[in-house]
Formats: sequence, C-alpha cells, structure tokens
Amino acid sequence: MLPKWFDQWNKDNPTNIFGPAIIFGVLGTVIFFVALLVVAGQPFATASTQTGPRGTGMSIPEFVSRIEAGDPTIDDYVTFDPLVPEGGEPLAKDIYENVQVLGDLTEDNFNRLMNAMTVWVSPDEGCAYCHGDVELEEYGNDDLYTKVVSRRMIEMTQYINEEWGDHVNANGEVGVNCSTCHRGQNVPSNIWFDNSPVTANTAGWSSNQNRASSTSSATSLPSDALQKLLVDGEQIVVHDLESRVAGSPADEGFRSIQDTERTYALMNYFANSLGVNCNFCHNSRAFYAPEEHTPQWGTASLGIFMVQEINNEFLIPLKDTYPEHRLGAKNGDAPKAACATCHKGYSKPYQGLNVIADWPELAGSEPPVYEE
Amino acid sequence: MIEYQNIFTQVQVQGAPEMGMDNENRMMEERIGKPSYSKLIGWMGNAQLGPIYLGYYGVISLATGLIWFNIVGMNMLSQVDWSIPEFLRQLFWLALEPPSPEYGLKMPPLNDGGWYIIASFFLLVSVMSWWLRVYSLAEQHKMGKHIAWAFASAIWLFLVLGLFRPVLMGSWSEAVPYGIFPHLDWTTAFSIRYGNLYYNPFHCLSIVFLYGSALLFAMHGATILAVTRQGGDRELEQIVDRGTASERAALFWRWTMGFNATMEGIHRWAWWFAVLTPITGGIGILLTGTVVDNWFIWAQEHHFAPIYDGSFGYEAYQDNSGNGGS
Repeated sequence: MLPKWFDQWNKDNPTNIFGPAIIFGVLGTVIFFVALLVVAGQPFATASTQTGPRGTGMSIPEFVSRIEAGDPTIDDYVTFDPLVPEGGEPLAKDIYENVQVLGDLTEDNFNRLMNAMTVWVSPDEGCAYCHGDVELEEYGNDDLYTKVVSRRMIEMTQYINEEWGDHVNANGEVGVNCSTCHRGQNVPSNIWFDNSPVTANTAGWSSNQNRASSTSSATSLPSDALQKLLVDGEQIVVHDLESRVAGSPADEGFRSIQDTERTYALMNYFANSLGVNCNFCHNSRAFYAPEEHTPQWGTASLGIFMVQEINNEFLIPLKDTYPEHRLGAKNGDAPKAACATCHKGYSKPYQGLNVIADWPELAGSEPPVYEE
Repeated sequence: MIEYQNIFTQVQVQGAPEMGMDNENRMMEERIGKPSYSKLIGWMGNAQLGPIYLGYYGVISLATGLIWFNIVGMNMLSQVDWSIPEFLRQLFWLALEPPSPEYGLKMPPLNDGGWYIIASFFLLVSVMSWWLRVYSLAEQHKMGKHIAWAFASAIWLFLVLGLFRPVLMGSWSEAVPYGIFPHLDWTTAFSIRYGNLYYNPFHCLSIVFLYGSALLFAMHGATILAVTRQGGDRELEQIVDRGTASERAALFWRWTMGFNATMEGIHRWAWWFAVLTPITGGIGILLTGTVVDNWFIWAQEHHFAPIYDGSFGYEAYQDNSGNGGS
C-alpha cells in the first residue's frame, strides 16, 4: 500500500516508536483533559452553606447544578387568591349536603378550594376522582374511599397548620396545604409502608436489616427505623451522658449497637429527605450534646413528634377505608408519612414557598378569617 | 549488559523447580503439588508456583474456614429465599448477624444468631490453627517466630472484637456481623454509640501506628529500590559483604534527617509499628463499653479534649437552611 521506498527506508532505519508514542500519548491525553477542565470548568462544581461559626467545620456542601435548578415542582404550583366575603353570602353547609369540615366557607371560596384540590391532587381525573361520575346533586355521597380519605386529609392539613406552626412556620410563614405532599399526584410521593421482615428465614435483629430497601434508603441499616421510631415511638437517643454507665446489652433498656444502627438509619433518612448532612442539626463531634445542636435541631425534633402524631392520629386509622391496592404489599398496612413526604429532598418544602397565605380555609379548623 | 526489566522483580528465572530442603522432619514428603512456572506471578514475585506444605494445621484451618464460609454464604442465600439473582444483587448488603441483645451469652435460636455462634466457633478454630501452622513452619525452618507473633497481634484484635469484649459486655450481640456493608454499619454505630471513638486515646495510637506503618513501608521500599542499581535488593549479599548500596541508603537518610536506621533496625521499626496497630486498637475496643461509655465526655474529663463554654453562636445561622441558602 505504501510506496516501496518508504517501506525500504523504515526497514533500514529501525526505530522504537512505541516508547515515545506511549509517553506522548499519555502526556497529550493529560494535557487535553487539564485544558478541558481549565476552559470548561469543573463539571461537578459544589458550593457550601455554613451552618455554624468558623472553626467548627459546620457546613453543607451541595452541587451547584442542583442549587441552580431548584425544586422543579415550584413552577407547577397552582394557587387561587381568596375571595374575601362581603358578608351575607350563603355558606357551603347551607347549600350542599354532607359538608362536614368546610361548611363555614362561602360558596365561592368552597368551590375555589375544591377546584384547587383537583389541581393539586387529581388533575387528570378531576372532581370525579372523589365524587364519582355522578350528577352534581349526588356530590354529597360518601360512596368513594377517596372522598372519605380526602376529608380526613383536610382535617389533618388544618391540624398541622393550627397545632404544629412551630415546625412548619419555624423560619417564617410557610404552612402546608394538599399540594405540599401531593404535588399533582393522587398518592403523594415518598410515602412508606412497613416492610419488615426484609430477610427470609430469620428472626430478631437479623430480620429487619441487611437488605437494600425503600425504608433503609438503600443502605444495609435497619429497615424498620421509620416504623419503630416514627410510629411506635421507641427511643431514638442512644448515648450515655456520663463517661461510665454500667449495664449490658442483655439488660432491658440498654442501648445496643443494633439500636444505634436503627437511629443511624433514621438520621440517614432525615438527611436524604432534607437534602442536608449531619451538620445541619448536629456538631458531628458530639451528636448527643444539646449545647452543640443547631437551631434546626429543635425544628427537626418537633417534626419527629409531628410525624408520630399524624401517622397515629390520621393516617393509620384510615387503614380500613382504603381498598386493598392502596395498602402495603407486605403487611397490608396503611400508607404513612415521614420527612420526605413533604420535604421532597429540600430543607424547606417547596424551598420555603408560602403555601398557606392564600388558604385561610386550611390554616385551622375554625371558620376562616380573610384579610384584605 | 542486558537486564530483565519487569513490573516489580528484576529477574525472572525459569528452570528446574526449587524443591527446598529435605534434611529432617520428613519435610519433602509433606510438601504437595507439582511445581509449575507462571510468567504472570513472576511479574509480582517468584515465578515458581508450589510445592506447598499444608500439614495437619493447614488442613484443619482450611476445612474449618471453609465451613465458616459456607455457613455465612448459605445463611445469606437463605435470607433471600434461595434466589441466586437476588443473592448476587444483595451480596454486599447481606450478612450473618450476631444474636439479638436479649439473649446475652446464652445460645440463641439458629435463625437469630445461632448460626453466627456456630460459624464463629469454626472461624476461631480456623484462625488459631493457621497461627499454629505459621508457628510450626517457622520452627521447622529454624526461623525466628516473628511472623507468628505479628499474626498473633492481629488475632488479638480479632479475639477482642468477637470474644473478649462480647463476654465482658455480657452479650454476643456486640460482636461484628459477617457482611460487607453490615460490618461497616457496625463500625460506625460502635463509634457513635460510645460517644465518638476518635476521642479514645488507644484509637489515636492505633491510627498513629497504622499511618506510621504506611510511611515506614514507603520509606523503606523507596530506599531499597533507589539503591537497586548498586545491588541493594540482594539483601543476602548485602549482609555477607556489605557493599555500597546499604551504606549509600543509610547515608542518604543521615544527611537528609540526621538519623538513619540500620539494615536490621529498619525491619524492627516496621515490625513494631505494624504489630502495635492492632494491639493498641484492640485495647481501645476492649475498653469501650466496658470501662468507658462516652469517649468525648471521658476525653473532656481527662483534659484530652477541650471543654467548651457552650457559646457556639449557632443561633446566628438560624435561617441558613441549606439548599443553596434559600
């Protein structure tokens, strides 16, 4: 293929080209990528938020791309301005049948909220998702489980806004409404079910861990942390607050390595749910030390009690209301909530968007007060 | 002069296999396997593969070790209901866990740590007889027992983790699970439960010796390689007729930092650093939960960690809520 003189010249002048070729090849590749980094910048750039004074190492690193993108669901959030009553308007309870929780709303505001709920919860199915494919006159019926559940969920939303303001409004008014969890879906994302035992043919602590599961955030830590700590109310704290405390893991109440792993599983779930790390609430040097907790620790602790309450008071009692396909695949339990159900990976749901300002109807169980 | 250049060793010789001594103790009869040569292993060490001396201890060790391995593996397989794909998928997550805490030091049911106790017994026999094998082979070769004692220091840590400390704590549940991720979970939980192991002074010492071992290994390896061209890698000749290589290496360090090890001393340094890593680490583990339950508080009480007055000023970061500070 090549000219004869070329082959002949190569034959007469044997040269080791592999050595230089490897050296220049490697060098060239390195230079190429270094130049690319310099010109195009670090593709996975991070920025960090300081969460404590200098010298304490308290910071939360995040990918710049994630910070810039923000929560994509914020753009999809829909709200309607309240229609301030002038007095004398008929109330929903007087017009419609079987209005148990929103009866004190004026007709316009009642329909405004119903409309918003369809956008937040059942944008595709519309009114029929709860009321069924029936005439308007029959909307008072409680034939569908969706309607019974949504009534209870309205009560839950009012309860959270009324009683748990210290958690949901800890850093300015944010509140919760249906959309905080639902975000346009019939069933909110990040709900969870009891999935224990996660391993077969085992008992005790061998049966609740060592399997990548949805409730262990795909770690090998215990999968029952949410059930035990956010429903059953078992103790989360594992530390001794003195340098020496007698006791054996065989004793009742002793905090074992296994208990610690369960608490660690909950804390890991916390961090993933909020898109933060340990340093958001703790100085990791001494996880237990209250004087080294950040103010966010207090907010998060209230969140734990809040979740325990809404699981036990609102969500679990609905078990018999749901059809079978809405229950847990393994244990047939009711769907439950935890941090991620509202937070969706951000330290504030909707990144702090005030979702209650337009909805005095959901701010409490009392008749709404509209401000002009 | 033509030199063989390859990855680690300088010369790869292949010829009649070296069969070793056969002067006493029926050594030759007990060596098994027909020797062969491998270019691949020659790149990393001696090209000759075999023969091997197993002996009673070796056979016992391999057999019991295999039993341990199979008990662990079969338990993992059973946990995924005997599904091979799921076993492979979850392999790094699965574990044979120690018993639940409430059983204390009693024998628990097989499916709640019973198999763990049985497997651990076989592992204990396996490790101990491997140690005896190392010791007796050194004796037969009229060597010192340095390798056996170094191995014993690792066994000390192994026994502290799996036997001494669980017994002192009064529960087998304190032992380490047999699993890839689960044993890491145990390690983290152990440190968190007992108030941050970084404030355990024996843990500190263990880290010093561990990092020190790496540093010494790097210095020694680099020094010997650097004087290979003077024959420094041929340690036998260096001992019989100390040439320029050893002297050069020694003088390099003397002129670099004023002090140098000797050809013998450097190996003592390395041996002690390596051996002290698990010895100090084992002491630290043994004291945790038995003598000290919160290392950070212990360290503050003993002026090993500073006591802060509590005015950290975190409240200034009240609204610093992460997610880009939004």
